[in-house]
Amino acid sequence: MTHAPSAPVAPSALELDGLVRHFAVRGGTVRAVDGVSLAVARGEVLGLVGESGSGKSTVGQCAVRLDRPTEGTVRVDGTDITRLSRRALRPLRRGFHLVFQDPSASLDPRMTVERIVAEPLRLHRLAHGEELQGRVSELLRLVGLRPESARRRPHELSGGQRQRVSLARALSVEPRLLVADEPTSALDVSVQAAVLNLFSDLQRDRGFGCLFITHDLSAVEFVADRIAVMYLGEIVEQAPTADLFASPRHPYTAALLSAVPVPDPAVERSRRRVVLQGDPPSPLAPPAGCRFHERCPAAVDRCRVEPPALRTLPGPVPRQVACHRVDEDGTPPQL
Amino acid sequence: MNTQLAAGRDTPLWRRLAGNGPVLAGGTVAVVFVLAAAAAPLLAPYDPARADFQAALQGPGWSHWLGTDDLGRDQLSRVIHGARASMQVGVLAVVLAFLVGVPLGLVAGYYERFTDSVVSRVTDTLLAFPFLVLAVGLAAVLGPSLLNATIAIGVSLVPQVVRVARAETLRLKHLDYVQAALASGGGPGTVLFRHVLPNATSALLVQATVGIPAAIISEALLSFLGLGVQPPDPSLGVMLSGAQPYIAAAPWMAVFPGIAIVAATLAFNLLGDGVRDVLDPKGPKRGGR
Repeated sequence: MTHAPSAPVAPSALELDGLVRHFAVRGGTVRAVDGVSLAVARGEVLGLVGESGSGKSTVGQCAVRLDRPTEGTVRVDGTDITRLSRRALRPLRRGFHLVFQDPSASLDPRMTVERIVAEPLRLHRLAHGEELQGRVSELLRLVGLRPESARRRPHELSGGQRQRVSLARALSVEPRLLVADEPTSALDVSVQAAVLNLFSDLQRDRGFGCLFITHDLSAVEFVADRIAVMYLGEIVEQAPTADLFASPRHPYTAALLSAVPVPDPAVERSRRRVVLQGDPPSPLAPPAGCRFHERCPAAVDRCRVEPPALRTLPGPVPRQVACHRVDEDGTPPQL
Repeated sequence: MNTQLAAGRDTPLWRRLAGNGPVLAGGTVAVVFVLAAAAAPLLAPYDPARADFQAALQGPGWSHWLGTDDLGRDQLSRVIHGARASMQVGVLAVVLAFLVGVPLGLVAGYYERFTDSVVSRVTDTLLAFPFLVLAVGLAAVLGPSLLNATIAIGVSLVPQVVRVARAETLRLKHLDYVQAALASGGGPGTVLFRHVLPNATSALLVQATVGIPAAIISEALLSFLGLGVQPPDPSLGVMLSGAQPYIAAAPWMAVFPGIAIVAATLAFNLLGDGVRDVLDPKGPKRGGR
């Protein structure tokens, strides 16, 4: 597992700074994303973890500018793309792409696999004619699909095969940044592992930076170098994968991790679990103070009033946490 | 159930269409009409405009199957040629409505905001008029002729086409595969013509099959009112109009063109309904499975 250099010289593959995305709805504003800052170094996989409704997908949409942030900046490979118009963005889209959650929805049902995979190459005028065909076959081989698949249509493929097509399309332009929005959640469990393995291999070979959005902790433990945990539009903890799994600091992270079943009955029976009460509050009216305080087993009066800032903890590995109850030296509260 | 549905989706389109009762019935009659219209000069036993006063107001018989009118013209020949006029107007008006309506709907749905406001307000205003009233009004302004009637009917159909095209664009543009096309570097052209339009064809096809009978009826109405086909050229509407004074003495003069209009309209409506049922996976399933 490779850790990102602490002071990267090259620009990050992705850099979000104070990203805010609010949606005006009847009766108020949905604060889907409320001040998210994160960086994905070149060749690094950052796992973005959170419950549904935490705003993690919106972060992904903003990162590839399929959505326009309300505030904050989005830099891809050092270029600020926050306010660029659709037209101005088009040539830059070579540098980043995304994989959607549901491959049956993200592939045009009327196109053949060949045309789907070729589309980005064609649109960026990177290849045509026989060269284009060659590139497409090469990409299909790369994602483990047989050449015959090229003439199939999405509905003739299995879920796993469709997600491979989606991956081939995203990688066709050799992007430096890939945003993967729950790429395995819509797949059967048996297929998830195969697609994750493929993804991980491709990432190692091609070295693209990746924002891997998921609620599946076992998936993210497998592919991510670092993990950022989101709760209700904010990042509450960020740490290298191994450190986060070994010693979560934020009570929410601890609760998330303890919800993952351990495949050993003895351990499973004896381990202590942090069980949260209630549902996440509505992003229409997030609670005052720390957004997690209503469900936090360690909350004190201060948590109900003062929103905690995301602060860097001392120590050899770079990790950040937003919690009043985590001590200066990084000791987490007793749960 | 699920496997049956899956099998249904994989069956070729023509097979699903052929297995649908309304499509089969409506389609057969519609094809007869189209063929009759196309081959009218070959099929009609008489010149539809030739008067024969010796044979005026004859009832249906061996020499004139559907009888003759007040000028002794052969009713069968006039119905066949009238169907030709109806089909011409029906098809041309729908083509015109699509040529104007589809691009407007696509653009309105894609750009939203200002463009959409303008297109939608104009469409809504036109939709506020009943279809036939709009067609009659436009035809009256343009002046009586078959071409003007076609234009009037086509323009009257435009708002409905715009609506369907816009609704489909709005629905499709938020789907992941359209978003993926944007992420792949696609612009409005790619999105609209490579992704939205091909996926909107079913809805538009249905709209076309309901547009044709509407156009046939309005052609009959306009011709009846003297705003469409001009006598002595035959048209189902002109025939009805001419039959009015003789409705008691020679009812066949009104009955046969009337049956032709009803049959053509019914056939295309059945076809349209059936096509919609077959193409819409959420629509009601008719016929046994």
